[in-house]
Amino acid sequence: MTAMLEARDLAVAYGKVEALHKVALTVPEGQIVTVIGPNGAGKTTLLAALMGLLPAKGAIAYQGQSIVQLPTEERVALGLSLVPEKRELFAPMSVADNLALGGFARYRQGARDLDAKRAKVYERFPRLLERADQLAGTLSGGERQMLALGRALMAGPKLLMLDEPSLGLAPRIVQEIFRIIVGLKDLGVSILLVEQNARAALEVADYGYVLEMGEIALEGPAGDLAQNPRIVETYLGLAEGH
Amino acid sequence: MNFDIALLLIQDGIVNGALYALLALALLLVFAVSRVMFVAQGEFVTFGALSLAVLQQGSMPGTVWLLLILGGLAFLADLAVAWKTKRWEGLRGSALLNLALPILLGGLAYWLAPLKPPLAVQVILAVALVVPLGPIVYRLAFQPLANASVLVLLFVAVAVHYALLGLGLLFFGAEGWRTPAFTSFRVSVGPMLVSGQSLLVIGSSAVLILLLTLFFNRTLWGKALRATAVNRVGARLVGIRTEAAGRLAFALTALFGALSGVLISPITTIYYDTGFLIALKGFVGTAIGAMVSYPIAALGALFVGLLESFASFEASALKEVIVFSLLIPVLLWRSLKTHHVGEEEEE
Ligand SMILES: Nc1ncnc2c1ncn2[C@@H]1O[C@H](COP(=O)(O)OP(=O)(O)O)[C@@H](O)[C@H]1O
Ligand SMILES: [Mg+2]
Repeated sequence: MTAMLEARDLAVAYGKVEALHKVALTVPEGQIVTVIGPNGAGKTTLLAALMGLLPAKGAIAYQGQSIVQLPTEERVALGLSLVPEKRELFAPMSVADNLALGGFARYRQGARDLDAKRAKVYERFPRLLERADQLAGTLSGGERQMLALGRALMAGPKLLMLDEPSLGLAPRIVQEIFRIIVGLKDLGVSILLVEQNARAALEVADYGYVLEMGEIALEGPAGDLAQNPRIVETYLGLAEGH
Repeated sequence: MNFDIALLLIQDGIVNGALYALLALALLLVFAVSRVMFVAQGEFVTFGALSLAVLQQGSMPGTVWLLLILGGLAFLADLAVAWKTKRWEGLRGSALLNLALPILLGGLAYWLAPLKPPLAVQVILAVALVVPLGPIVYRLAFQPLANASVLVLLFVAVAVHYALLGLGLLFFGAEGWRTPAFTSFRVSVGPMLVSGQSLLVIGSSAVLILLLTLFFNRTLWGKALRATAVNRVGARLVGIRTEAAGRLAFALTALFGALSGVLISPITTIYYDTGFLIALKGFVGTAIGAMVSYPIAALGALFVGLLESFASFEASALKEVIVFSLLIPVLLWRSLKTHHVGEEEEE
């Protein structure tokens, strides 16, 4: 089976400062892979590079095809979607319009089923239906995250990348978001999940990487990582305090 | 000044103001999507007006040559990029837009011009010859500078303005043109005699503004333009190509520019450099709207039209001075009232 996504020797620099160094990472089809690590480790940089928002050196293959040359928009059209850390919503536009635009890549390819797709998203997030006509900029943090997720789903992604979906959200909403992530996996979507909330991430993931100072420090099946004393001490102990 | 004259001046002001409003909206759209303060917008006005005037003489307008030359350059630019990146997929679209379309339109103009077709056909042809210049100019001048600052983009826009001005002089010559009125229809509204041309300008502007509003609010492409304007990264993440949005915005601005030119050509004598001053007044409307508000930009442009009309009656030699200097307090007031919109808005 070819991997959904495979990165080798990935390097990204901001000017002269290298933020990612020789990163290798694989997302097998239909699995949840998580990348955990402290603030500033390079997690957001990694996702931006995979999505084509930052120029990167090295190899990135998506379903066996090299995409390292492709601009972001074409990666979206191929089935990659990113829910960015900053959400990047269209604040002065309505929730309904934000969702519709989520389907823009498919619309450009000729799909005309945006309304049906949006109805599916509303089923998954009834809260968004209640807020359909409200401007995205007026939503609460949890609603904004749901909208960002819903907008990404409108693209019908095969590989969904999430950058700290739990950031700044109340525990109850974090739970809901993670339940939805697992539900997406059950639908066959492959997922690359970046989290500081290592406990929650390792609970739902199949495989995990630990990113520290721009390099992969450790990797393994999520269950093993959760038992690893170093991980327990550095990341899981901390999460307990939340 | 008596009441009748005041009414006449108001009519004049509204007619010009309606055209400035069209230009103000187009300028704002381009700025929001591409961050370019497109001071060369006026050349589209000129080209629209002069193309119509030349077509009415039964000749093929110089716009055809402009289109063929600039389109050819744009295609070469795309070819060079394709060569360098070894990615050829985009080239077919580029050939269609930059080569096939200009040749098709040029052929049409060459064939139709001597036949002196009905006015409506001439107007459509004149406008159609100008519209592709929008995306072509965007491709040549602004697309390679997607990450440049607003100031650099403004300098480039000024350079584009002078380049197009020179080309306009080359292809249309230095003499002024005025087209006959579209209609000799007149109607009296109360004590006022309103010309059909005035009604046509006001009506067309209103319809165009309505259509633009519908486009922004009802179509996914219109929403995509707004999305690009408010959050470029977000737009890219849903698959909206910044270049495609830029092309569309410039096509719309060329369309609005050319239509304004066609509408104004029976009212004002147009020289190769007249468009600049016209568009500048639209630009003042945009500035009154603080480069962000569409309704205020349109109202501001209307206000500029009225101001200009009264100024030209009171002291016609000084009218431009009066218009531009009376606007300074307005702009000061607006800039104190509104927050400055920076390069990129952070959430
Ligand atoms: N736009 C930028 N310019 C320069 N340095 C940056 C930029 N964005 C991030 N960095 C640096 O790159 C490193 C990785 O950042 P980031 O990918 O955001 O980490 P994480 O998401 O794991 O918190 C940090 O040292 C950060 O300071
Ligand atoms: Mg981050």
